Amino acid sequence: MSAWVPVIGLEVHVQLATDTKLFCGCLSRFGAEPNTLTCPVCTGQPGALPVLNERALELAVRAALALGCAVADWSKFDRKNYFYCDLPKGYQISQYDRPLCTGGTGGGIRLSSGRLVRLNRIHMEEDAGKAIHDRGPRTLVDLNRAGVPLIEAVSEADLASAAQAYEYLTALKEVLEYAGVSDCDMEKGSLRCDVNVSVHPEGEGWRTKVEVKNLNSFRNVEAAIEYEIRRQVAAYEGGDPARYPVQETRLFDAQAGVTRSMRGKEDESDYRYFPEPDLPPFHVDAAFRARQAALLPEMPKAKRRRYQEELGLSEYDAGVLTAARDVASFFEAVAARTGRAKEAANWVSNSILAGLSDAAVEAATIADLPFGPEALAEVLELVERGTITKTAGRQVVAHMLAAGGEPAAIVAELGLEQVQDSGRIEEWCRAALAGKDRIALDVKAGNLKALGAAIGSVMKLSGGSADPEVVRETLLRIIREEL
Amino acid sequence: MSDVRELDATELARRIASGETSAAEALRSALAAIDTQDGALHAFLRVDREAALERARALDAAQRRGEPLGALHGVPVALKSNMCIADRETNCASRILAGYRPPYTATFVQRLLDAGAIPLGHTNMDEFAMGSSSENSAFGPTRNPWDLARTPGGSSSGSAVAVASGMCPLALGSDTGGSVRQPAALCGVAGFKPTYGRVSRYGLIAFGSSLDQVSPFARSVRDLELATSVISGADPRDSTCVDAPPLAPEEPREGLAGLRVGIPAEALGAGLERGVRRAFDAACAELAALGADCVPVSLAHLEAAIPTYYVVATAEASSNLARYEGVRYGARVPGDGTLQGMFAATRAAGFGAEVKRRILLGTYVLSAGYYEAWYGRALKVRRLIADDFETAFESVDLIATPTSPCVAFALGERVDDPLAMYQSDVLTVPASLAGLPAVSVPCGFAAQGSQSNDGNDGGNGGLPVGLQLVGPTLADARVLAVARAFEEAGGHRRLPPVRARSEGAVT
Repeated sequence: MSAWVPVIGLEVHVQLATDTKLFCGCLSRFGAEPNTLTCPVCTGQPGALPVLNERALELAVRAALALGCAVADWSKFDRKNYFYCDLPKGYQISQYDRPLCTGGTGGGIRLSSGRLVRLNRIHMEEDAGKAIHDRGPRTLVDLNRAGVPLIEAVSEADLASAAQAYEYLTALKEVLEYAGVSDCDMEKGSLRCDVNVSVHPEGEGWRTKVEVKNLNSFRNVEAAIEYEIRRQVAAYEGGDPARYPVQETRLFDAQAGVTRSMRGKEDESDYRYFPEPDLPPFHVDAAFRARQAALLPEMPKAKRRRYQEELGLSEYDAGVLTAARDVASFFEAVAARTGRAKEAANWVSNSILAGLSDAAVEAATIADLPFGPEALAEVLELVERGTITKTAGRQVVAHMLAAGGEPAAIVAELGLEQVQDSGRIEEWCRAALAGKDRIALDVKAGNLKALGAAIGSVMKLSGGSADPEVVRETLLRIIREEL
Repeated sequence: MSDVRELDATELARRIASGETSAAEALRSALAAIDTQDGALHAFLRVDREAALERARALDAAQRRGEPLGALHGVPVALKSNMCIADRETNCASRILAGYRPPYTATFVQRLLDAGAIPLGHTNMDEFAMGSSSENSAFGPTRNPWDLARTPGGSSSGSAVAVASGMCPLALGSDTGGSVRQPAALCGVAGFKPTYGRVSRYGLIAFGSSLDQVSPFARSVRDLELATSVISGADPRDSTCVDAPPLAPEEPREGLAGLRVGIPAEALGAGLERGVRRAFDAACAELAALGADCVPVSLAHLEAAIPTYYVVATAEASSNLARYEGVRYGARVPGDGTLQGMFAATRAAGFGAEVKRRILLGTYVLSAGYYEAWYGRALKVRRLIADDFETAFESVDLIATPTSPCVAFALGERVDDPLAMYQSDVLTVPASLAGLPAVSVPCGFAAQGSQSNDGNDGGNGGLPVGLQLVGPTLADARVLAVARAFEEAGGHRRLPPVRARSEGAVT
C-alpha cells in the first residue's frame, strides 16, 4: 500500500478591531449584557438599512495588504440567504463573486519549510448573533454579535499535515495582530477556523473532502485534522466503498477527540446569493490602498530579519522580541533611546518578559505594565553611566514591575547608588574573605572562579551597590598583599 | 371652516400660516371627511385621531408663540402602512406584522414631521405592496371613490383614495412598479415617483429594494413639488440615496414651447383600452397646443419589462421577507415546536396568497442552477431597458404614455388571474426598472373596456385616466414642471362624489 497524502485547506474568520459594527453604529464589544448592543439595523427591523462602516473596510484592506494579497479595485456585497434564529434578516450580508481579494493574488503565508500556503480569497461579512441552547428548555438569542465585522480568509488546499496547519494559523494570527486588524482572541471568538480535509494515495488524484467545524483552539485544529486523516485513511483501507468518506460537514468533539457528522451534502442550504441591493458596489482605489499600506507596520518576518542583520541580535532573541507586536515596539523604543540594541534586547527579554511570567507580577502583558519603555531606557542609562550596577538595575526593574515608579527615585529610595568609597568596599571585602582561606589559596593558584564567588559575596553584602570593578581590584590586592 | 376637500396642501398651508384657519380646524375637517366616507371606502387601517389632534394643538400653539413654520405646517398627511412611525402599528396590511410597532421613525416621515405635517394614520394597501388593486390586503379591499364596486388600483390604494376623496390633501405611497402612479391614475389624483434614490428608503418596509421609492399623492402637481422637496435629499442611513440636494421646483412654466415629448409606439399597442387611448391622444394634443413637440420614440424592450420586473422584484422580495419568521417580532405560530416548524407555520399562516406566490417565484429565480437563466438574465434585460430610455432621451426631453392601460376595473375581476393583474403595471414598470422620475396626472375620463363610446372628457360615470410623463435621471423638477403646466392648462382635476357611510353597503 502506497503512502496516503493529506490535502488540507483552512477557512479562517477574523473579527475586525472596529469600535462599531459593520453596518450600524452599535458597539462591537464582547461580554456585554445580552441584546444591549443592538439597534433597528442589526436586529433586522423592517425598513432598516445597512450602511458600510468605513473603518471596517480600511482594516479589511489592511489585512489583505499585510498578507500580500492584491485588493480588487471594485467589490460588492451579496446576500447569503438562510433561515436560523440567530440571523435577524434571514440573510447574511457577505461577499460572493466579487470579494475584496480573489485568488491568484500571490498572497499567503510562507511556512518555515519554505512551503507557501496561498490564499484563495479574502472577503468581508457580518457575523450572526448567538443562539444559546443550554439554559433551560428554550433557545435564547443574543444579537450583540449580530453585525460584528468579520473577514474570512480562505486558503488554497496547500497544507499537508496538522503541524503545518498549526504553523499556518500561528503565522496568520501574528500577521493580523501586527497589522492591527484584529485581536485574534479565540476565546472571545474573534478568530474562528474551519478545516477541509481529504486524503488520497500518493500519485493519485484528490478524493472527497470533508469539512470540520467547531474548532476553538489551534490545538483543536491540529487534533481534529489528525483524527480526520486517521479516520479517512482507515475508511479507505477498510476497502468497503459504502464506508468511504462522503462530502459532509462534521463537528469536532474536543473532549472525545473525534469528529462527528453534522450534515451531509444533500442537507446543505442553497444560499441563493445575489447582489445586496441596499449597498452599492464600491471602489477601493489606489489612493485608499496606498493610505492603508502606509499604515501597515513592519511585519514580523521582516522585523526578525532586520533585528538579526542590522541590530546584531541572535535568531532566538529576534524571535522572542517579535512574537507580539507590543513587545517589539517596547524593545524598539528602548533600543532607540539608549542606542544599544543588544543591551535593550537582554533587558526586555530577561527582566521584563521573565517578570511578566512571574505570578507575583500583576501585569500579564507588556501593555499592562505600569511603566513605559522610556523608564526601562533610563535604567539602562543609569547602569551604563555607572550610577548603579547591573544587579541594582535588575532590582530597580523588579520594583517597577511590582509598583511602577521613577527609576531614579527608586535608586534613591533603595540606596542603590553604586559605592566607590574604597574604605567601605574594603570593609565588605575583608568580611567576605574572613575565615575563607581556601579562596585566597585558589586564587593564588590561578583559579578565578573562586574570585567570582568572593565578588558575589561582596555584592550581596553591599546590597548590589558596590562597583564590581573596584571590588575585584580590592579583593585581588588583599589576597596578594595580605594572605 | 376650511374644508380640506376644496384645498390643496399649498393653499391650506398658506391659510394656516396667514391665520385664516388653524391646524386644528383643518384637522377636524379632515377627520370629518374620514368619518363621513371611510366606512364606505376603507382607505385607512388606523386613524391616529388623538395623536393628530394633540399635534395640531401643539402646532397652533407654536405658531401663536411666533415660532418659525415648516413648509407643511398643519397639513394632515396620510401614510401607507409600510412606513415606520415609532411606536405606531406599521403592519404592511399583513397578518404577519399585525401588532408590530417599530422602534424607530422613517427618515422621510421625520422630514414631514420637521416640516410641520400631521400624520393622520396608516392607509390600506396590498400586502407588502404586492398588488395593483388593494385586494391583497389582509384587512379587506379599499374602494374607488368614483365607483365603489371598482378597485382604486394599488398597491398604495388607501393613500390614493384618502387624497381623491378629500380626506387629506397629501398622502405618501411607495412605488415599486407603479404602486403610486397606477392608483393615482385610477383615482384621478396626481402621483409622483421620484428618481430612484432621491428619497431615503430608511424606514420604508422593503418589497423590491432596487425599485422601491417613496412617492407622494396630491390633488395638484404643485403639492407634489412641495411634498417631494420636503422628503427628498441624501440620508446617511440609506447608501442607495443619490447624492443630490432636495428637489428644488422650477418656476411655473408659461407654455411648453421648445419641449420635445417622445411617444413610444410600443406603449400604445394591444391591451390599451380605447377610452384610455382617446384620453391619451387628447392629452398629447393639449401638450402640443401648449407648444410642445410630440415625436415618436422607440423603447424596443418595453415588452420584456413585465417579465423582467417580476423576476427582479420577486427575487429581492423573497430575501427581504425572510425576516418575518416569528423570532423577534410580529406573529408567531409554534407549529410542531421545532425551529424550522415554527418558521414554516408562522409564514404559512402570516402571509397571504400573492405574497407567497412572489416569495416562491423569487426563491426559484435565485436557486442554484436557475440563477443565470432567470435573475442573471433579468439584470441584463433591465440594463437594456434603461439603455432604451437613455437613447430616447438623447432626442426628447420627456416621454409620455398613458399611466395604466385601463381604467379602474371591478373588484374581483382579476383576482383569479395574476398575469392579467400583473399587466396593470405594463406602462409604469419600465421607468421603475430604469430608476427614472415619473409622474401621473389626471388627463380625462373614460368608460371601461374597448366598447368605450364618445366622451373622452368623461360624462357622468366616466372613470379617471392618467397621463404619465417620464424624465431622465434626476430630471425630477422638469417632469413636475411640465405636469404642472399640463394640469393648469387642462383643468382635468375634479372631486369624486362624496361617499357617505350610508352608501357603504356595497359588498
